[in-house]
Amino acid sequence: MKEDFLIPSIGRTIRETVPRIGMATRFLAGSLTAPIRRDFSFRQWLRQVFGLGVLSLALMVVAAFFTGMVLGFQGYYALVRFGATSALGTLIALSLLRELGPVLTALLFAGRAGSALTAEIGSMKATEQLDAMEMMAVNPLAWVVAPRLWGGIFAVPILCVIFDLVGIFGGYLVSVPILGVDGGTFWAQMQANVSFHGDIVNGLIKAVCFGLVVTWIATWQGFSAHPTAEGVGSATTRSVVMASLTVLGLDFILTALLF
Amino acid sequence: MSTVDLVQIEGLHFARGSHAVLDGVSLRVPRGSIVSVMGASGGGKTTLLNLVAGRLHPDSGRVLVDRLDPATIARQDLYRLRQRMGMLFQHSALFTDLTVFENVAFPLRRHFRLPESLVRKLVLMKLEAVGLRGAAGLTPAELSGGMSRRVALARAVVMDPHLILYDEPFTGLDPISIGIIATLVRRLNDALGASSIVVSHDVHETFAIADYGYILAGGKIIAEGTPDELRASGSPLAQQFLSGRPDGPVPFHYPSAEGFAAAMGIHTGSRENQHP
Repeated sequence: MKEDFLIPSIGRTIRETVPRIGMATRFLAGSLTAPIRRDFSFRQWLRQVFGLGVLSLALMVVAAFFTGMVLGFQGYYALVRFGATSALGTLIALSLLRELGPVLTALLFAGRAGSALTAEIGSMKATEQLDAMEMMAVNPLAWVVAPRLWGGIFAVPILCVIFDLVGIFGGYLVSVPILGVDGGTFWAQMQANVSFHGDIVNGLIKAVCFGLVVTWIATWQGFSAHPTAEGVGSATTRSVVMASLTVLGLDFILTALLF
Repeated sequence: MSTVDLVQIEGLHFARGSHAVLDGVSLRVPRGSIVSVMGASGGGKTTLLNLVAGRLHPDSGRVLVDRLDPATIARQDLYRLRQRMGMLFQHSALFTDLTVFENVAFPLRRHFRLPESLVRKLVLMKLEAVGLRGAAGLTPAELSGGMSRRVALARAVVMDPHLILYDEPFTGLDPISIGIIATLVRRLNDALGASSIVVSHDVHETFAIADYGYILAGGKIIAEGTPDELRASGSPLAQQFLSGRPDGPVPFHYPSAEGFAAAMGIHTGSRENQHP
């Protein structure tokens, strides 16, 4: 009896999911290639980089500052047992640059800017604005989605750099003035042990990938939302949940590849 | 050339799942005329417009717009065809982040590189035509329903289209706004030398402006003719629709409620008429 229910339901799920993945991939390809076509607007793209960045900036700065300070305390707690507090600067910088910076930036971006993107595009769909665009012979993928997608791809690494810098500053404030670690050692150890290619660039590669994935999910969820108030609401929730889980899963894969 | 109908629809079938939305619909729109397609809500009128606009593809049958089939031409050609079409949406579909002026200017800016002074002239001319030149600086949120519809109309005709599609242009408007929109539909059609398809269930307003009408029910055309011919139509279904009678060939009671209606002691004469 159980097989009778299970096997058809697996089949149905696959039959529903595979075309959706196909459509989402076509959607991504159509939006990513928009800049090489005539109907892409670079002004719209710049506006989106600015808009998405500003939308999340205050959140990033506050979150980064506290993350850095917590890293200072926790790192000190671990290192002081081995008499290695001089490595605290390195620990904070590597944690932020390689891992926490890109991941937390992407998660916060998904919660703040990603949800706003889904709601915005979903509302445009519900109020027939995307249909109107199509009828005016303007491709919504090129005019609405592509600038936002490319905006996310550029905004997340920029936010990640800000997150890393503010985080390191927060870590410094706890380590040096509060916990009494030597300031010169803090910076010197960091400078000596952080590699530009191995750590900073790797972190930024992650941020670019996360920016793409989060914005893709957010725009696709908005674009494919059911055109009702309820549909837009559930698409927004789905966008944040899916983007957050995807970022964490992708982080593991990227870390394994870039390790 | 000019004798050829701008829109020709032949034997159109379109189904959603097992439900046939359109079942062998044929109609034509002569150049320069306003053709109305009337029918009850959910009767496939909007689907018909979407098929004409190439947003849906028919299961069988053919749509020709200016001798091109929107379902089979390449996307670029479809977009070129749509530049010669205007569509007024039921809920106006104005871009909420743009002003009235920018909404109307949107198609112009996207398709042509025109000097700003010319864009300004063209946009204000269309806004003047719908009586909203003074509202150019407002945002869509500041407009009433009737004003939104007029701005959307100005936007739909800003590219001087050959074909204008109206999806329920009178729904949800007050009587004065309905009168204004009806007058504008007729006036713009004649001034631009365009042809129009008006999809509506508002009989009185539509008959006042249409040259020819079709009544759609159950996915089929049940009556056609000039407004006067339709009024005199012998079809009971058409008469029920035109006079707005709650019961008739289209029963008041939902069919599956038979047992419930009987239990409640409600007389279900219409169904008896339907199945003698």
